[in-house]
Amino acid sequence: MSSHHESIIREPLITGENITYAKVTEDVLVPVENKANKAWWIGFTIAALGALMWVVAVSYTFWNGIGAWGLNKTVGWAWDITGFVWWVGIGHAGTLISAVLLLFRQNWRNSINRSAEAMTIFAVICAATYVISHMGRPWLAYWPLPLPNQFGSLWVNFNSPLVWDVFAISTYFSVSLVFWYTGLLPDIATIRDRATGLRRKVYSILSFGWNGSVKTWQRFEAVSLILAGVSTPLVLSVHTIVSFDFATSVIPGWHTTIFPPYFVAGAIFSGFAMVQTLLLIARKVMNFENYITMFHIESMNKIIIVTGSIVGVAYLTELFIAWYSGAEYEQYAFLNRVSGPYWWAYWTMMTCNVISPQLFWFKKIRTSIAASWILSIVVNIGMWFERFVIIVTSLHRDYLPSSWVMFYPTWVDVAVFVGSIGLFFTLFLLFLRFLPAIAMAEVKLLVKTSSEQSKKALIKAGKVDKEHAKFYVESLDKYDSVNQADYAKI
Amino acid sequence: MSKVKYILGHFADPDEMMHGIDKLHQNNIPVYDVFTPMPIHGIEDKLGVKRSRLPIAAFCFGATGTLTAFAMIYYMMVHDWPMNIGGKPAFAIPDFVPIMFELTVLFGAFGMVGTFFYKNHLFPGRAPRVMDLRATHDRFIIAIDAQEIKDAKKVEGLLKEAGAVEVLHNERKYVSYE
Repeated sequence: MSSHHESIIREPLITGENITYAKVTEDVLVPVENKANKAWWIGFTIAALGALMWVVAVSYTFWNGIGAWGLNKTVGWAWDITGFVWWVGIGHAGTLISAVLLLFRQNWRNSINRSAEAMTIFAVICAATYVISHMGRPWLAYWPLPLPNQFGSLWVNFNSPLVWDVFAISTYFSVSLVFWYTGLLPDIATIRDRATGLRRKVYSILSFGWNGSVKTWQRFEAVSLILAGVSTPLVLSVHTIVSFDFATSVIPGWHTTIFPPYFVAGAIFSGFAMVQTLLLIARKVMNFENYITMFHIESMNKIIIVTGSIVGVAYLTELFIAWYSGAEYEQYAFLNRVSGPYWWAYWTMMTCNVISPQLFWFKKIRTSIAASWILSIVVNIGMWFERFVIIVTSLHRDYLPSSWVMFYPTWVDVAVFVGSIGLFFTLFLLFLRFLPAIAMAEVKLLVKTSSEQSKKALIKAGKVDKEHAKFYVESLDKYDSVNQADYAKI
Repeated sequence: MSKVKYILGHFADPDEMMHGIDKLHQNNIPVYDVFTPMPIHGIEDKLGVKRSRLPIAAFCFGATGTLTAFAMIYYMMVHDWPMNIGGKPAFAIPDFVPIMFELTVLFGAFGMVGTFFYKNHLFPGRAPRVMDLRATHDRFIIAIDAQEIKDAKKVEGLLKEAGAVEVLHNERKYVSYE
């Protein structure tokens, strides 16, 4: 119940003075109900230009075939699948925040889940475009589906992880979309009831006629919980199956049983880094400092250390197992990764993913906004290189030394990748402009229990242990949105 | 007989609203419905709303998905066109598992959400049946059917006593139609 106060020693999840239910709505809807500011237009213009480049590059690929890319006979997968795995991985943090943290009752997810889920959906869209365009003949993209056909009714091969992937990614995308949209309904209804004219009509259609009655909320909560329950194994299965695309093949460097957990940890790692990259800017530009607090940033940084360390252990285990297996092809694949012509890619990956996140052990660094943002970009770069290393360095020297080559991207490769980032940001900026970026209904649940204001009132009323109050006030030191002087008086 | 159809008690605080429901119950005044901007935990028990059966629906839809996937793969891989892949068995159950799992989730999620939308009449373009526009913003609203009560003054008094900031006597049920 909303009247139960949580322990005083927990950090507040909402800061600021006079936080009321009305203020939550008004603060969150500022970007939706007002004209976009200059920062938004500048960002949107750049992102839209990027998306335009993506359209050009992908159209060029469709017109000329994948010969437009730098692929050759030996390296048949390169930037395309690197980009695909990178984007799918990024998507995973959204589901982790919305589903896994819901099951674990981590209330700090309430103010970041909406934008993280949006990020998931847009990242999976970017990933899916790679899948379609790397097929070469996108108009035959329906071939992996088990449809009755004219080829002697030969069905798709259900023993193949590539077919599993089709089912996994499409299920993941559609279930994430449903989860996200169902959660949006009450908030769209809020916009609807405050709007007039055409805006009201549009949001009315989008709100599905939500009215917030007891039975609606009760079913809504049941639906959210079960969707979280099914999305949790789903998100793990998706990246497991993505890793099967590699692990079930017989290419040295790919054929390892460690891949599923290693890919899943890497996905969460890169996804949280991307959430951090986006939210640190969004909180500043959109004045969400009171809702996305230093506690949120620090918690995400902690998850980045944990998953980054898991990834680090996986890299070392891979090296050890390659040596321990005694299989010379496997040994060579890893020796070539570490010290071959792509050594720089391997060591970029190692530095960005394993070494630099360890800086978050220092409290100063993990509670610094600038450092968190820079490191989140570093992790994003590192995770791109991880996929590049796994894919290209395993392929470029195959069993026949006469076919050993290097991979050089063409301008189309680069334009598709950079363009996909533009597409992602275009979608994300549109989302920030037209839909509430923070789940208002869920944040309202925290107003009475976990806000700085309510905790301050408790301390003022002398209802808490002095020691605990002191500990609590000290924990507020790291917040950039809390004024410590207010507490000196109490 | 007055033209008032519904009495709405506006509360600014969810706990006061819960208190208001208690007050009304003590005086045998039936609550028509409650509209809130956020889920209120524990309100179902208070209003005697039965536990949602959506989880059961989700299970049934999920099981349908599992069976559909199994039947489809079995038909295609074993019955209709068994392929000889290195002499391995066509009926390779472990390879069926990933897609059986995915379709379980897919059917379960869509079936459950579809049922939720169907039962609550939620669909794109439905005219919102909203009794008060602030119920999605910052007010917790108890609605009382004016036809079912005798003394409207008493109801207003009870609501105010419980902490209602405003009590409305509406002559139309839904304001959103205006």
